[in-house]
Amino acid sequence: MVTPVIGSLERRAVVARLLRDRDGLLVVTGLGSPSYDVHAAGDHDGNFYLWGAMGAAALVGLGLAQAKPDRTVMVVTGDGEQLMGLGGLATIAIAAPANLVIVVLDNGHYGETGMQRSHTGLGIDLASIARAAGFAGAVTVTEQAGLESAAQSIRERASGPRLYVVKVRPENLPRSLPPRDGVHLKNRLRTHLGFVVA
Amino acid sequence: MRTIAIDDRAGAAGVEPLDWPKELYRVLKQHDVRQMSYVPDAGHSRLIELFLADADVVSNLLTTEEEGVAIAAGAWLGGQRSVLLMQSSGVGNCINMLSLATIGRFPLLMLVTMRGEWAEFNPWQVPMGLATEPALAAIGVRTLRADTPADLVETVRSAVTLAYDADQQVAVIISQRLLGTKQW
Repeated sequence: MVTPVIGSLERRAVVARLLRDRDGLLVVTGLGSPSYDVHAAGDHDGNFYLWGAMGAAALVGLGLAQAKPDRTVMVVTGDGEQLMGLGGLATIAIAAPANLVIVVLDNGHYGETGMQRSHTGLGIDLASIARAAGFAGAVTVTEQAGLESAAQSIRERASGPRLYVVKVRPENLPRSLPPRDGVHLKNRLRTHLGFVVA
Repeated sequence: MRTIAIDDRAGAAGVEPLDWPKELYRVLKQHDVRQMSYVPDAGHSRLIELFLADADVVSNLLTTEEEGVAIAAGAWLGGQRSVLLMQSSGVGNCINMLSLATIGRFPLLMLVTMRGEWAEFNPWQVPMGLATEPALAAIGVRTLRADTPADLVETVRSAVTLAYDADQQVAVIISQRLLGTKQW
C-alpha cells in the first residue's frame, strides 16, 4: 500500500496523445470510460471496444498480441477493470509478449457506478504489482512530461510486456459511444487485419 | 501425479487402447490450433505436455479459467484458433467472461474434464460438477459430452468444426467415468 495519489491529468487528452500518429497500433479497450475515451479520440477499424466482460481487456490484448507478433497491441482500460483481472497480470508476465502495452487510466474510482473509491484510490499500486510480476516496464505517470515520455516509449520495442498507470482526474465526461455490436466489432478488426469474414 | 486410466472398451477386447490425449492433440493440430491456455488438471496432463513441447503453439498458463476465454477472443481477432483446457470446477469461474464469446459470436472451444459425477470421493467437487452443464447452457455455450475415448476424439473433431467454421461456443465435456478414478 502507498499513499493514494488522485490524478490531475485529463483522461481524454491523455488518450488522444497516446493515439496520435497511431500507425499500425491495435487497440483493445476496457468497458466504461476507457471505451468512450478511445472512441472520442477517433473511431478506427483497429479498435476493439469491450462493453462488458470486466477483467477481459488485458487478456484479449494478450491473445491478439500473440497472434500478431509484428503489431503493437495497446490495451486502454481503467483501474477497476484491471483490478478485476489482477491475476491476468501474472499470466501476461509469464507469457512475456514484447508487443503488448497496457495503459491503465487510473482515477482511483469506479466512475461508471457513482464514483465509489477503488482499491487504487485506497492505496493499491498497480505499477508495483506489475513490476513484482516481472513486466519489462511498469511506470506511473502523474504529469504531462511523464505522459510525453510514455507516449514515445510505447512506440519502441521492449523486451517484454509493459504497463503504464496514468493518474487521471476522477470525472465523468460526456459519453462518446462506440458501436455496441460485438460481432460487428470483431469482424471489423479482422477485416482490418486482412482476414476473410465468413 | 498421473491419474489417467486408459479404459477403452476396445482395450478390454484385447485391441490396443486408444491414446486419446495424443489423438486430441493430433486433431487440434490438424485444424490449425495455434494457441492453448490451461489451468492444470490431472485429466488434461498429457495433452498439456504435448502442447508445451510444441514450439508452434503458444501455451498460456492461467491463474483462473476465465482468462482463457478472453485470450481465445483476442487470438481470433488476430486470426488464430485456440483451445482452452480446464476442469469442471473452472467452468464456474468463467460464466460472466463467456458473455464476450457469446455476444461477439467468437469461436470458442473448451475441453472440460469432469469431477464430482462418477466415483467421486471429494464432496466439495460435487456442487460444481452438478452445475457444469446447466451453467454453460444458461450462458449460451453448447455442451457435447463424451463417455468413451473413441467418442471423445470424434466429439472434439465435430466441436472444432462447430467452433471455428460455424462461430459457435462449444464445451466438450469429458466424463469422469472416461478419465478414471483419482489415485491417492
